[in-house]
Amino acid sequence: MASVAREWREIPGRYNLIGTKCANCGKIFFPSRDFCPVCRRKSLGKMEKHSVCRTGEVFTYTVIYDAPDCNNRLKPYAVVMVRTDDGVMITGQLVDVDLESVAIGMRVRAVLRKLDADGASGVIHYGFKFVPED
Amino acid sequence: MEVGIVSYGAYVPRYRIKPEEIGRIWGVDGKAMGKGLMISQKSVPSPDEDVVTIATEAARHMMARVPQVDPADIGAIYVGSESHPYAVKPTSTIVAESIGATPAMTAADMEFACKAGTAGIQACMGLVGSGMVRYGVAIGADTSQGAPGDALEYSASAGGAAYLIGSEDVIARINRTLSFTTDTPDFWRREGQPYPLHGGRFTGEPAYFRHITSAAKMMFDAMGTSAADYKYAVFHQPNGKFPTRVAKQLGFSPEQIEYGLLTPQIGNTYSGAVPLGLANVLDHAEPGDRIFVTSYGSGAGSDAFDITVTDAIKGYQRGRAPVLEKILSSPVYVDYGTYAKYKGKIVMPE
Repeated sequence: MASVAREWREIPGRYNLIGTKCANCGKIFFPSRDFCPVCRRKSLGKMEKHSVCRTGEVFTYTVIYDAPDCNNRLKPYAVVMVRTDDGVMITGQLVDVDLESVAIGMRVRAVLRKLDADGASGVIHYGFKFVPED
Repeated sequence: MEVGIVSYGAYVPRYRIKPEEIGRIWGVDGKAMGKGLMISQKSVPSPDEDVVTIATEAARHMMARVPQVDPADIGAIYVGSESHPYAVKPTSTIVAESIGATPAMTAADMEFACKAGTAGIQACMGLVGSGMVRYGVAIGADTSQGAPGDALEYSASAGGAAYLIGSEDVIARINRTLSFTTDTPDFWRREGQPYPLHGGRFTGEPAYFRHITSAAKMMFDAMGTSAADYKYAVFHQPNGKFPTRVAKQLGFSPEQIEYGLLTPQIGNTYSGAVPLGLANVLDHAEPGDRIFVTSYGSGAGSDAFDITVTDAIKGYQRGRAPVLEKILSSPVYVDYGTYAKYKGKIVMPE
């Protein structure tokens, strides 16, 4: 069982794709980072919260047939790397989609879905997944 | 102060099952069952969907249509449902976080069978009207439960809609709201029980029909109106049959309830039912249209609303989120096995 506190710390990124932007060089990071690996010490104290765009296109994808328990009822399913419209690369599940239609370049958007739950009595983890854009 | 709907958003999961398929498993003529209930199919949530995700999607659609509204100006969020994922731990805080409305706000989950969503609208109207908050959000959403083989299994579905209540740029003014409430045990689910029980035919005359007609007549009296004064009407819709009959009893024509009646296509979305019906009406509404709304929640009570669409709907950016017609346009049909898997009816190893 993952720590509740750790999951809680990740809420901004998981719900709303909140990452960070280096005010020194302008590079955007998701998940968020405390300092910029390019600017290093020059970025200290200059990392700003940045809301990553929820829409983008599939950069590449794969189909998972051997799923972890949390996704047993969803397999087979697609996992995609998405290039968001503000240029950030994000990996996530692509759901509510006919697997035959998944393609590189496909337009997608991030929605909130249930990722996992700590058994029948533990906390429920919510986070982003992708669906085809309307 | 003019209080009303500033924005709205809806969401219904993509999957559908037909009554014939449910009947096939239980040795029942499902087609006849569907015909009797006036339900041709019902929505089914994906295994990764629940009231939190449905309410969030509806609320995000609602916010997308009003880019001028700062989520930080939302002072209250109420999510009405009878299928909150947690018994203790609010759905509303997760939704609030997901639309960026936290932390200077109040939130609570509501439950009143199928009318918790409209009860939330009333609570928000009070908070906005009294000046306590600038905007309030009321959401009705459910992933309702029907015991395997029970009549409810043919109707209990999933979906929801969200309403931003305020006093600025109101697209639909709420002229008046009132309620009719009694202690009538027609339908219930005890703590810890997976499926509800109901009083069969008792859910009809003394429950649904008495409460809806009483609240509706109180509204006609209060406003000095009759059915002919409204362009559209929305009634709670546990099936297609009840709202059609109650509309006729109150003098409404089939055309007046057409847009507000979604149950034949998506099943009974419980707390989501009237909010979704109203959303579909607003998708088609023009300035000046008057809308009559009456919800019903078992246990039992009805909330009635008299609504007038304003000129502001012309500048409303409805196209920034999908309308219901679009949301319902690409259903994926599942068989009973998939439905049972998706709804968690199959016991999995820990």
